[in-house]
Amino acid sequence: MIPLERENLGWSVRGRVALTTGLILLGFLLLVSRSWYLQVLHHEKYMRLATNNKVREVAESPDRGLVFDRMGRPLVTNVPTFSLALVLDDVKDLEATSNRVGELLGIDTEKIREQARKQRRRVPYVPVTVHQDLTLSQVADIEWARIPGVRVIAETRRHYPYGKAAAHLLGYVGEITEKQLSSNAYAEVLPGSRVGQYGSERTFDAPLRGVPGSRQIEVDAQGFEVREISRVPPIVGNDVYLSIDIEVQKAAEQALGDRPGAVVALDPNNGKVLALASYPAFDPEELAKGVNSKRWQEISTNRRKPMFNRVVQGTYPPGSVFKIPVAAAILETLRGGQERFCVGEHKFLDRTFRDWKKTGHGMVGLRQSLIESCDVYFYQYGDELGVDTIAKYATMFGLGQVTGIDLAGEAKGLVPSTQWKMADRGKIWYPGETLSVAIGQGYVSATPLQMADLLAAVAVNGKRFRPTIRLGVWDSMADGLLVDEPDPLPTVALAENTYKVLKSALTGVVWDAKGTARSARSKKVTIAGKTGTAQVVSMAEGDQDVDEKDIPIRHRDHAWFAAFAPVEDPHIAVAVLVEHGGHGGSAAAPVARQVIEAYMGAREKSPQGEELYRVLEELHREREAT
Amino acid sequence: MFTVDRRLFIHMDWRLVGLIAAILFVGITTIYSVTDQWSHGGAPLFLKQMIWAVAGLMVFTVLAAFDYHRLLGYAHYIFGFSILLLTAVLVLGKVGMGAQRWVQVGGLNIQPSELARLAVVLLLARYLADRVPPEGFRFRDMLIPSAFAFIPFVLVLKQPDLGSALMILFVFGVMLLISGVHPRSLMTGGLSGLLVLPFFWEWFWNSLHTYQRNRLVTFFNPEADPLGTGYHVIQSKIAIGAGGIAGQGFLQGSQSQLKFLPEGHTDFIFAVFAEQWGFLGVLVLISLFAALIWRGMDTAMKAKDLEGTLLAAGITCMLTFYVFVNLAMTLGMAPVVGVPLPLMSYGGTALVTTMAALGILANVHLQRHISLYR
Repeated sequence: MIPLERENLGWSVRGRVALTTGLILLGFLLLVSRSWYLQVLHHEKYMRLATNNKVREVAESPDRGLVFDRMGRPLVTNVPTFSLALVLDDVKDLEATSNRVGELLGIDTEKIREQARKQRRRVPYVPVTVHQDLTLSQVADIEWARIPGVRVIAETRRHYPYGKAAAHLLGYVGEITEKQLSSNAYAEVLPGSRVGQYGSERTFDAPLRGVPGSRQIEVDAQGFEVREISRVPPIVGNDVYLSIDIEVQKAAEQALGDRPGAVVALDPNNGKVLALASYPAFDPEELAKGVNSKRWQEISTNRRKPMFNRVVQGTYPPGSVFKIPVAAAILETLRGGQERFCVGEHKFLDRTFRDWKKTGHGMVGLRQSLIESCDVYFYQYGDELGVDTIAKYATMFGLGQVTGIDLAGEAKGLVPSTQWKMADRGKIWYPGETLSVAIGQGYVSATPLQMADLLAAVAVNGKRFRPTIRLGVWDSMADGLLVDEPDPLPTVALAENTYKVLKSALTGVVWDAKGTARSARSKKVTIAGKTGTAQVVSMAEGDQDVDEKDIPIRHRDHAWFAAFAPVEDPHIAVAVLVEHGGHGGSAAAPVARQVIEAYMGAREKSPQGEELYRVLEELHREREAT
Repeated sequence: MFTVDRRLFIHMDWRLVGLIAAILFVGITTIYSVTDQWSHGGAPLFLKQMIWAVAGLMVFTVLAAFDYHRLLGYAHYIFGFSILLLTAVLVLGKVGMGAQRWVQVGGLNIQPSELARLAVVLLLARYLADRVPPEGFRFRDMLIPSAFAFIPFVLVLKQPDLGSALMILFVFGVMLLISGVHPRSLMTGGLSGLLVLPFFWEWFWNSLHTYQRNRLVTFFNPEADPLGTGYHVIQSKIAIGAGGIAGQGFLQGSQSQLKFLPEGHTDFIFAVFAEQWGFLGVLVLISLFAALIWRGMDTAMKAKDLEGTLLAAGITCMLTFYVFVNLAMTLGMAPVVGVPLPLMSYGGTALVTTMAALGILANVHLQRHISLYR
């Protein structure tokens, strides 16, 4: 045993133990001062960090406003749906999480990852929707599994009670794009939100979208909600009333059937669109449920162009419908012209211009040449007028420019002139080209909407209104329907007689024994209109006898009919285009008649003007009460 | 051989026992506060810890009761056995999963590094006390004791158990210094140590696992990887800081209650305590540990022989190392090396071995007053 008291190098063992103890206690003092530093000096900072850890601000998306037709029938509604969303900040391992979720729900894990990665401009803690329309049992599975970062979000999605009807008019909603996010119009919209991308949903996105609410919640470390701290409820979007009548719309679509084409009807007295149909159409419900990129590719690049709104985006040679502004020019500048003899063809320089009727129309004046759609008459007077005069009158009726309808992507069409050709093509105008223009061929092109607009102007003696698909908006603040006033455009100021002659001729097109649109005769209402048959490819001379059935469909003519009714007191103007439909009289005129009959029938039974708005308000309040 | 003597009660270091009981109580309530909602079947963790505490007290009593010299007599066997176990773990670990600190002996999982650190203290106490020359150790005298420390150090480091490995080095150094080092050797040793350090560091660094290196790197910049390795430290600092002066209260504190702070019942138990009881609670807790250490060093100073001194000092320094490194880690002052807080962190093996070490400490204290054996 070694005595403890033994001196060792001047230091006793005890001394060294004491020194060690002192050093240790010094070390503990360091720990205490560090605690003091964290807990007393910087308490507020760490308290704030702790609060930031547990408190989150969660946006609550508002329900979109609904869309109604002019009779207050719901066209676009909301249905509750459960979506699967990821809060990427809470997801530790995307691969593992998506595999787990995919296994639970039996859905494609790659799709989940694709959706999650798509979100480039990410806001912290904002859930990214990766799958929609979960079933209740799927919801239960997910909630029970409690996977960090995986949320079930109860929200609403768009529902279209009338299916594909008016698809192009109603449009659809989709996730906000990068471009939209950086524009001012969407300044308060969060990334990942769904906004209107097409049709009325896009045009009226601002009133429909509502104001997002927010919730402050306390979460645990895995991001699961522990309790709600405060809540600012979202404000539901305003409802929008469209000017269309869904019954008329359905009649239009039914009449058009499965022929590619377009039907548009508007009220000549205020420019309100009554029906707007384009075929083929897409299924807005399918898009509301969410499609993957492959399916989207399929829809958007389909050769039949279902996403293409032919009414406002399609430009076609107007054919003989264009004779209306030409006739107006003849009436205004050549005092109505003389009678001419039609032999079925017209020789001009070294070319022969044929009439659609090989045997000719015989002696015809302006009125009769419109009724029978005599081409030779218009060849002759077209030449006399010159292309620039024709362009002047066509332009007065709004051709060659957008109508300004509240739908995106409207095409302008084209009214050629010498100036246009020089500027656009760098070539001088050849007189022969005027002859083609005079019958609505050649360079001329127009949208179905412009054709309806033309007939509307004729119907009400030159008064024009900017076409609109909106009747009004329900303002929840004012608790009332804010009705849009008609937006007048410059009147087409022509002589009273000009309109009288034009209307008489257009009535004759339907009612004259030789009229080209006798198929549009209705027992219920007097219709006036003009047929058109627009060549898709120019026929080689001498090909006239070819049986229509032998021509490939894509080379067949487009059929036009543009009309208004009733002649005495016009309430509707319609334009019908059937792509490759053949003759306007046979293919398009019956469609217009059915639309007109449907509208006039509906109009008889429904209130008009102030009375209509009062009824709509009543309906709305009733619905809100339930 | 020995009977339970009345003197055992009279001369028992009751202050030490009281301090141990107090810290155990704080630990168990803190475990209760973070784990009471857990419902994974089986007994709640705080109950299990209570059972381990009772087991620990029994081990404590047994090891306190008979003369430590007897234990020292077996020191080389215990040391040899623990080296064998450490090697076995390494070999079996290589066959198995790569890194395994546990070995099964007769249905009981034991962690050889827990045993090894006690074995080193025992062997060193016995060896150093026997051999210390009057003028202190010179280099040639230190070769053998160095081997006693370095062999387990390397083996434990390979487990991998960085905390225990460093602890062995630390305790070795302190025990060597306390037993006496020749001044010239101390000087040259210190200087050459500084020279060799860079090379040693390189070897040390290379021997670390990637996750251990990451911990060291993130220690110097925890915010660089807030969701990865740095997460623990950041959340721990937030929890402690949020505690303030008076704390958030028992069963309160969002950091630990909402589980932002991981490992709240094991390595980071101090942060949970600090969030609930604030700076005042921390003062009390650190005072308890300081008092415990003071009891140990007091025992060392008053031990009846150098063996007792070295044994008590070695055990106390072992405890000190764990307390200090754990608190420094939790407070964001040291890298996350995965060291539990003695007597508080949840875990049976660590608790029982700590109680065993404290039992030996009590033993040294008792032997000053009684001689039951010899």
